[in-house]
Amino acid sequence: MSKFSKTVIAVATAVVCGAAGAAKYEGIGRPATPAEVKAWDIDVRPDFVGLPPGRGTPEQGEAIWLQKCAMCHGDFAESNEVFTPLVGGTTQEDIKTGRVKALVTGSVPQRTTIMKVPTVSTLWDYIHRAMPWTSPKSLQSDEVYALVAYLLNLAEIIPYDYELNQETIKEVQNRMPNRNGMTWDHGMWPWGPGVKAGGIGNGGKPDVQGSDCMKNCKKEVVIGSNLPEYAWDAHGNLKEQNRVFGPVRGKEISEAAKEEAQTAAGRQQSMLDLAKQKGCTACHGVDKAIVGPAYRDVAAKYAGKADAVDYLAQKIKNGGAGVWGNVPMPPHPSLTEEELRSLAQWIASGAKVD
Amino acid sequence: MEETLRRRMGLIRKAPENFLSPEEIDAIKQGRRDFIRKAFATATALAASGPVINAYGETVDPGKGDPNILNLPEWSTTLGMPVATRGYGLPSKYEAGLIRRQSPGLTQTAAASVSFTPLQGTFGIITASGLHFERHHQGWHEIDPTRHRFMINGLVKTPMVFTMDDLLRLPSVSRIHFIECGANTGMEWANVAVPTVQYTHGMISCSEFTGVRLIDLLEMCGADLKKGRYLLAEGADGSSMTRTIPMELVESGEVLVAYGMNGEMIRPENGYPLRLVVPGVQGVSWVKWLRRVEVGDKPYGTKDEAVHYIDLMPDGTHRQYSSLQEVKSVITTPSGGQILLDKGFYNITGLAWSGRGKIVRVDVSTDGGINWRQARLEQPVLPKALTRFNIDWVWDGKPAILQSRAVDETGHIQPTYGQLRKVRGTRSIYHNNAIQSWLVNENGEVSNVQVL
Ligand code: HEC
Ligand code: HEC
Repeated sequence: MSKFSKTVIAVATAVVCGAAGAAKYEGIGRPATPAEVKAWDIDVRPDFVGLPPGRGTPEQGEAIWLQKCAMCHGDFAESNEVFTPLVGGTTQEDIKTGRVKALVTGSVPQRTTIMKVPTVSTLWDYIHRAMPWTSPKSLQSDEVYALVAYLLNLAEIIPYDYELNQETIKEVQNRMPNRNGMTWDHGMWPWGPGVKAGGIGNGGKPDVQGSDCMKNCKKEVVIGSNLPEYAWDAHGNLKEQNRVFGPVRGKEISEAAKEEAQTAAGRQQSMLDLAKQKGCTACHGVDKAIVGPAYRDVAAKYAGKADAVDYLAQKIKNGGAGVWGNVPMPPHPSLTEEELRSLAQWIASGAKVD
Repeated sequence: MEETLRRRMGLIRKAPENFLSPEEIDAIKQGRRDFIRKAFATATALAASGPVINAYGETVDPGKGDPNILNLPEWSTTLGMPVATRGYGLPSKYEAGLIRRQSPGLTQTAAASVSFTPLQGTFGIITASGLHFERHHQGWHEIDPTRHRFMINGLVKTPMVFTMDDLLRLPSVSRIHFIECGANTGMEWANVAVPTVQYTHGMISCSEFTGVRLIDLLEMCGADLKKGRYLLAEGADGSSMTRTIPMELVESGEVLVAYGMNGEMIRPENGYPLRLVVPGVQGVSWVKWLRRVEVGDKPYGTKDEAVHYIDLMPDGTHRQYSSLQEVKSVITTPSGGQILLDKGFYNITGLAWSGRGKIVRVDVSTDGGINWRQARLEQPVLPKALTRFNIDWVWDGKPAILQSRAVDETGHIQPTYGQLRKVRGTRSIYHNNAIQSWLVNENGEVSNVQVL
């Protein structure tokens, strides 16, 4: 290759990528357009880099919440049905100190989101990217501001008429109940300069070290905990989770075995369990609509239709929207044909529970 | 005398139907020869004549021999199936019990949940791709690879977009690494909660991953490695999982943008067509369905590093950005929920790993940690990969407590529950690397216990 053409190539790549590495792998990749970067670069950092403009109040948020979020998280973000509660467990004192007392005392059975999250940016970023769970990335910036504001109001961090926007959110950061609750001083981020020099971690120093004693290491063996009886039964028949040959066999769990036998014999009564197990009950009640319709309503709608079972089995498998509203049901690719049919059959025949 | 006879008799025991209670028959059907031994210690001496039952519940006349030898089975006497009967091969139907399973009650909904790898039945260090544990936050998808794009932006001269064509044209590397969820063994911090090794330790898998070194891609974009000491990795699924990655690991060439797993494309549940591989770091950072990497100068405080994957300490603070998986091991056989068939020889086998590098030693105790013996490490022993260990053991029929304790190349030794809790309490959820104990009782039943 002539000197001349070499220069041309070098210049051309510099224009395309402006980087030394690119020349090495000629023809691979291309520059992203500004519109493409804008479409995907949605993260919001704790210092609010990436936070788009917008505004919203708890009052506005409440209306959106009841429409798009309450069915899974409860009207007051207190529900335990689909996920752990988002709000609860924090006090005015915590807002002052920036440390959630209940985390120290362990006085609250469940750690809610607001008890843990140190950075308000995290709530904004996450709701924007991932919620509502079944139609993520559908919220406008103003809606996200309003929803974050609603959650903050439920936790009594801001008043009901407070306008959350790009500026006020910085003040709110100073009221986050657990803003001082995080430590970066530990051995599990061994990389970089460490927390003392503005990085993360203590350089990788472990906080717990075992013993390498080989002989007569202790006088007695203290058993701190045994498997409770109910826990033996909670994971199915262990016999069937091991090989039927080899050095060992699985333990027969008669409770679980009995249940499995019953499932085979009398499907009706255990179908609700199957629906639970497959996550259906997060969105459907037998008598109550949650995200999707109540099963009894589905049964009524398709009563007397010859192909109802086939249709419903297909629909459960592929998911989709439009029959009961705009919210789609996610597809269920992991259900077997048998499970699909028996669930559809059960629902179509009135979702009986004994 | 009786003992030697028993040994020589091997699999075969006196047929006990007439003398046995239904429970005892059940025990035999489970292959519990010890049970028969106890009930019929004297009858055994007569075993040379009359029918007996073997470990598989079959009736055998020891005078003649094993019917499986004497009467040829159908696979020896008929034509088998043709090639490509199964275009994609499947395990034998007799292996149907060894599958990924959920732990009931652990999560409220199956699309934000975990399924566990059946470690009680796996061999060596590679996890079969179909048994690789799953953890999804917003369900999994079948992503169309022709429509998948990977973008790099942030502190780079030129933000770039790569198609799967681009990525597969680049030089590739293949590396074997473990991936462990930070919450593996998390249910056991305060007390024993689950029965088997599948549920105590099954959020770990180990595979050969193939892909492009992320550092090569960053260099193509002219990344500012001086200012840009943190990376954000982001998924293309509904959750668009995001995690902060240290640039040091990327610079070392260890972090891969991977498309291959165990010789084929990564499975959909594990991130098809593209996932990040971050050796030694908890699984949540190995972002699946990877769509974007951003170079930045500060950590990102994402949901899964500000609300979850933070370790609660006794003083009420949470450790944030606790990413590394520390030295750990577990005996996989014999393990909880299993039953030893008889006294005598066993190969105790298990897995050891460390996010800090190679495993250099594993010790095994059969007396609850009073005395230890060094186990054999099987090759290959690779950094940040599972290491298989084995050790001989003769069970004398008395209660025993089996434990394993790993040491990595930095000298970090796996702690006991007592040692771990003294520093971290019981509410951490994440990063439980305590020594696991399995109690073997006189019946040969193995159960999960915690030794302090
Ligand atoms: C169909 C049920 C569903 C709906 C509707 C829904 N969510 Fe969620 N939400 C979930 C689930 C499940 C998770 C946990 C996801 C995970 O495990 O990563 C979650 C997590 C969250 C979290 C993070 C909590 C934490 O501690 O990790 C926030 C905040 C949240 N949702 C807010 C909202 C808002 C705001 C809306 C309405 C715009 C909404 N959600 C609608 C199911 C739902
Ligand atoms: C994330 C929420 C969600 C989950 C989980 C879910 N569904 Fe649905 N389901 C819906 C929604 C929303 C609809 C309404 C869809 C529509 O309007 O077309 C629906 C509709 C249905 C219908 C009626 C279909 C029709 O066209 O009339 C049936 C039957 C059904 N679901 C069964 C199930 C079963 C069985 C499961 C578990 C395997 C399940 N669903 C899991 C949300 C869900």
